[in-house]
Amino acid sequence: MNYTLKIWRQKSAKERGEMVSYQVSDISAEISFFEMLDILNQQLIAEGGDPVAFDHDCREGICGTCSLYINGRPHGPVRGVTTCQLHMRSFSDGEVIHIEPWRSKAFPVVRDLVVDRSALDLIIQAGGYVSVNSGGIPDANTIPVPKHHADTAFDAAACIGCGACVAACPNAAAMLFVSAKVSHLSLLPQGRAEAVKRVQKMVARMDELGFGNCSNTYACEVECPKLISVTNIARMNREFLSAKLFSEKEKIVRDSI
Amino acid sequence: MILFFSIALKTYCMNKLLQFSSITGKVIMALAGVFLVTFLGVHLGINLLLLSNDGGRSFSVAAEFMSSNPLIRIFEIVLFAGFLVHIVLGLVVSRQNRASRPVGYVVTNRTETSFLSKYMLHSGIVVLIFLALHFSDYYFVKIGLVAPPEGIGPHDFYAMTLHLFSSTWYALFYIFCFALLGLHLNHAIQSAFQTMGWNHTRYMGAVKVAGTIYSIAISLGFMVIPLYFILFR
Repeated sequence: MNYTLKIWRQKSAKERGEMVSYQVSDISAEISFFEMLDILNQQLIAEGGDPVAFDHDCREGICGTCSLYINGRPHGPVRGVTTCQLHMRSFSDGEVIHIEPWRSKAFPVVRDLVVDRSALDLIIQAGGYVSVNSGGIPDANTIPVPKHHADTAFDAAACIGCGACVAACPNAAAMLFVSAKVSHLSLLPQGRAEAVKRVQKMVARMDELGFGNCSNTYACEVECPKLISVTNIARMNREFLSAKLFSEKEKIVRDSI
Repeated sequence: MILFFSIALKTYCMNKLLQFSSITGKVIMALAGVFLVTFLGVHLGINLLLLSNDGGRSFSVAAEFMSSNPLIRIFEIVLFAGFLVHIVLGLVVSRQNRASRPVGYVVTNRTETSFLSKYMLHSGIVVLIFLALHFSDYYFVKIGLVAPPEGIGPHDFYAMTLHLFSSTWYALFYIFCFALLGLHLNHAIQSAFQTMGWNHTRYMGAVKVAGTIYSIAISLGFMVIPLYFILFR
């Protein structure tokens, strides 16, 4: 199969970028999208050109490193997969494939298709953790967890933090990502203890970093490679509101002799 | 003067509102929206009296009640505040959203999602233009800021309506605005539930259906009135 690739090339964060056309030919329909890009890069190196920079790591859909906005969709045309799990059989012979980096104020382009997604790490640092060591594996049922809570928490924990939700959102909002983290921790007893503080801190950090506001277009849910549901966003809104309206003030304990 | 005032208002709003959390801002906007949606139902109820074949008597009685009842006079201020909050927050949020993606994509987004949900600002602006027109046609006439059309008293809303709908262009513009309001509401109602955190697999389907039915009822209800005047008067 032959393809025309139009790829965003940008030498560094400061330089201007542009779309550049490339041809790749005799591509097997069964290879992955990244293998196709590897072939392109080998071709460019052989010609003495500059290979295209793109993020990738595990190539098995679990690490969240890969990105790419392919023909107007984060992670390409197939629902529920990352770019690394995308195969060339999903494109027709002779197709023009546009490849762009994620676009968001919070994700500056580093080079070509690589963007800096540390903003997502900063949100996690604001509260996406359990502060105390929750210990080893407890005996079964010493900490009761309802089955549906465990399932819902697990579904939310499937978020790999790739940022496709931000890339897909017309407002570049990070609500699906943050709500997945808030949900997976707050549904379990170990995370519940800090849930009230966590949601406020994470939302505040998200706002500071310049992500947009959610306008409920649900584009994030459609493009999420892990099919995280927008019901998590509703849960986060609920938790945030109840934290702001009903949370108990912390008591200041003074030493008394 | 007006320019200065609008800039001052904008700066004040931006500085104040930017301190809101994104979720708080949206919740306030949703609550104001829910209030406006309820008001639309009441307004439609009164407007439909225009269709009763009594030369506008029942409509005039209702309009007189609305403009003289002291409780409703107080409610009017709340209503204007609701409009102001919803509109100002809508503009502020849209501005922030635009700023959050300074460099756009070359290929426009092809995500298969609700098309109109991305154009709430646009449909909202059309409704805002209609609102301005509606104010100059009725409210400003009522309070004496704008002179009523010749031969019509400032409180004769029935005659004013007949006068306005005698222009087919006005009637068509009215219908267009309410079509867009319907599309705005269709997304808005379920969106308000989501923003308030009331999204549950058990009832979200029902909320979406009810929201669509309500938005169709509101927009069709308002659209029927000019159609009736064009076709049968």
